[in-house]
Amino acid sequence: MSILDGVQVASAGVELFASELESQEAAVTRVDWRPPAPGSESCLARLAVAGTAAANDRAVARMQEAHPRLTGIGVAGDLIADLEPGTFLHAGPPIEWSDMAGPLRGAIIGAALLENLATDPDDATKKAAAGAFHFVPCHERGTVGPMAGVVSPSMPVWIVDNEPGGNRALCTLNEGLGKVLRYGAYDSEVIDRLRWMSAVLAPVLTSALQLLDAPLDLRAMIAHSLQMGDELHNRNRAATSLLLRTLMPALLTIDHPRSDVVDAVEFISSNDHFFLNPGMASAKATADAAAGVEGSSVVVCMARNGTDFGVRLSGTGDRWFTGPAGIVDGLYLPGFGPEDANPDIGDSTITETCGLGGMAMAAAPAIVRFVGGTPSDALATTDRMYEITWAESDHYQVPALDFRGTPLGIDCREVVHTGILPAVNTGIAHKDPGIGQVGAGLVEPPMEAFTEALDALADSSTQTP
Amino acid sequence: MSSRRIVVERGTYHDSVTLMLASRDAEETEGIVFAAAASATPVNLELLTGRGFELPADLVPDDLLIAIEGVNDAALDRAAAAIEALLSARPRPAGDTAQAAPRSLRSAAGRDPDLNLAFVSVPGRYAAYEVAGALEAGLNVFCFSDGVSLEAEVVLKRRAAAAGLLLMGPDCGTAIVSGVGLGFANVVRRGPVGIVGASGTGTQEICCLLDAAGVGISHAIGVGGRDLSGPVGGLMTLAGIQLLADDPATEIICVVSKPPDPSVTERVLSALTAAAKPAVVALLGADDLGDERMVATLEAAAAKAAELAGGLVAFHEPTVEVPTPGAVAGLFAGGTLCAEAGAIVAASGFDARFVDFGDDEMTAGRAHPMIDPSLRNDAVARAALAREIGVIVLDVVLGHGAHPDPASELARVIRDALEQRDGDLTIIVTVCGTAGDPQGLSSQIHALEAAGALVTRSAASAGRLAVDAGGGG
Repeated sequence: MSILDGVQVASAGVELFASELESQEAAVTRVDWRPPAPGSESCLARLAVAGTAAANDRAVARMQEAHPRLTGIGVAGDLIADLEPGTFLHAGPPIEWSDMAGPLRGAIIGAALLENLATDPDDATKKAAAGAFHFVPCHERGTVGPMAGVVSPSMPVWIVDNEPGGNRALCTLNEGLGKVLRYGAYDSEVIDRLRWMSAVLAPVLTSALQLLDAPLDLRAMIAHSLQMGDELHNRNRAATSLLLRTLMPALLTIDHPRSDVVDAVEFISSNDHFFLNPGMASAKATADAAAGVEGSSVVVCMARNGTDFGVRLSGTGDRWFTGPAGIVDGLYLPGFGPEDANPDIGDSTITETCGLGGMAMAAAPAIVRFVGGTPSDALATTDRMYEITWAESDHYQVPALDFRGTPLGIDCREVVHTGILPAVNTGIAHKDPGIGQVGAGLVEPPMEAFTEALDALADSSTQTP
Repeated sequence: MSSRRIVVERGTYHDSVTLMLASRDAEETEGIVFAAAASATPVNLELLTGRGFELPADLVPDDLLIAIEGVNDAALDRAAAAIEALLSARPRPAGDTAQAAPRSLRSAAGRDPDLNLAFVSVPGRYAAYEVAGALEAGLNVFCFSDGVSLEAEVVLKRRAAAAGLLLMGPDCGTAIVSGVGLGFANVVRRGPVGIVGASGTGTQEICCLLDAAGVGISHAIGVGGRDLSGPVGGLMTLAGIQLLADDPATEIICVVSKPPDPSVTERVLSALTAAAKPAVVALLGADDLGDERMVATLEAAAAKAAELAGGLVAFHEPTVEVPTPGAVAGLFAGGTLCAEAGAIVAASGFDARFVDFGDDEMTAGRAHPMIDPSLRNDAVARAALAREIGVIVLDVVLGHGAHPDPASELARVIRDALEQRDGDLTIIVTVCGTAGDPQGLSSQIHALEAAGALVTRSAASAGRLAVDAGGGG
């Protein structure tokens, strides 16, 4: 409606003026305006005249169009060109051995043993400290990994292709809970399991996937799972069940020793988080599709290495912007408490980057205690996330919000502008290598990573009429 | 002979209830005999094949199928649109009351598609971003905040113009849009005169003088003081003229500004010619009026607009009985009122010391003197102490947004000042207000007169009185 036919006002700023409008019986929506994050005035003012909106439209359109499908399983060393023995991918932003936290060091040690690059843990530690190994973030190789996220050449990885974007993402297979490599455990039980995953689990799943009529549609499976109570980060029970259900006829048909198939099915059935990894690869394929749009403030990566929390924006290329990784505020398993927790770790925040996980908390009433107690808290959490996202997903919906699309495309400008940080659900790793998961909860990303990223975007932005 | 259509959306999931609702809506469309929005499951494929639909061979259960059968293509189009509408609908959560207030103008616009105007009054250093966000969200903007750079104003106004939106401001003090006063605005009757103003208090005074003359306002669109500068090029003045030209309620268009960049004046005059409605152009303080539509004062603008509307601006002007020679101090809350009165005093050769307390530099970090007149009132008390000052000229601006009772505190200051000076000081106050203003026009005037001030209704009149009080030119 033209304003000359009547005004409906949103007011930000002086309350007196909003009251004056109300006294004239005009319709007024009061914005709960608060000063932006400290030090951001200049960069917000510069971005006000930049072409961010059009760039964000382009970036988020690529996320909306993304259609990740599970096309198979491969071997990391075959798929990642420069992943030679002695090179290890890891979660989060770049980090050297000397700065690594316990779980990440433990996982490196385990992977070195797995690749036969060290005779024992002490040998692995010495070699790592002496600079014999090379460390690269998973995100810089089209890959993601939960918790420590360590990937070495022999590991099997899910292959997820996004045909509309022409891009591919990889993620390791989930090892289950307890004493596992991703939490920094490296004893023989861990190494034996990883070897079994390469020798038995991956071939069984590969054969089953090959029998499907079409590549497995992860976007559809995630959409289903959201309506079954998963948020795809801390809860993957529905998605794991759907994955196994989809593969089951093929698993019963493939020509593998029956005991191998039974072991594989038992392994998947006993791990509610088995879908986390293909789900992460799906999110990575979606987020990568949106990367590289000049001027866009859309967040395309949030990842932690146990020491730092890193952010990348679509419009700032390959640069990482970091702040200290936080301690997770959550619930602990019996016998553990906050003093045992390692700071936030893992690439699994790729789910939040695509509007799942903590962003979609309202979809997962079964785990609302992680975010403070009640289903209404969960609704409020997701509701708040729409304040910082550019769009709503065309594909993923939240039943409890009347099937509203999940908040999609975190706009770094609005994070800084409103001071609202993305809601992140996550597991808690013990600070010592090898003990494993000690809890789960909610963690707050460091604002400075977002303000620095936005500053860099403002520096590179040009004025656009 | 009926038509059939199949639409396939790959990998698109909706819950089965939503699909049933969409199918039902489509089937209720006129001319449709069968409609289904369904997942491509084997059962559904069999059903659709059985009804004679030809399906692609490579469907998987995650694909969405829309199958429609109807009397002709137009009916199929309607049914397809009905399905698309239901599937793409994104309803808002029920029970909105529990929802937290929006944290940005963009978010507010996203929640309520009926919003059409953003009011921005955040601290100036944040204003550009708020304006940009509001424009991105498709809102017209009234930006009270100052502190936006000229460069940013140019970019933002170009964007607004390109999007067909109005950006009133930055540093826009007043507007009246469809009867609603924004910022500082007097309560005026509705009527035929539409105003586009680059001057806040200038626009207010014209509105008040017209109201007193029985002539009403259709809309008063503010554009901010820099709109007619060369760099901005009058973008929003031109947009405002266009809106008023198209507005059936507006019969006369009045433009108010300081003298613009000459190239801009040309454009404004052409736009008014194209609007084909009687026009008044007040270029305040201009020496050269090359066009019969142009006037140089607020007072002349109001008189001319009233005349075009068949009214007459007239009010009681007090007279000076005993001159009090000396310098003339002007202490104003309204910038344009200050300039108009000051020009008259200066032109008569007086030592004119006029200060605009509403200037950006004076308001940084504090409320505008129309809201908080304490700084200006203190200055009145100080000026009265200066023996060389013989006349003090002031303004009181009423209306929405202004102080609820500006006269009472000022009256006390005036009374003290006059007592102290014992007959050698004249205080003149121009009151910019209407009978409808919430402060009560007559009680405000009465309080000031009772304190000993000469009260008038226009800045020009106040200037002339000051000249008289100072002992003539």
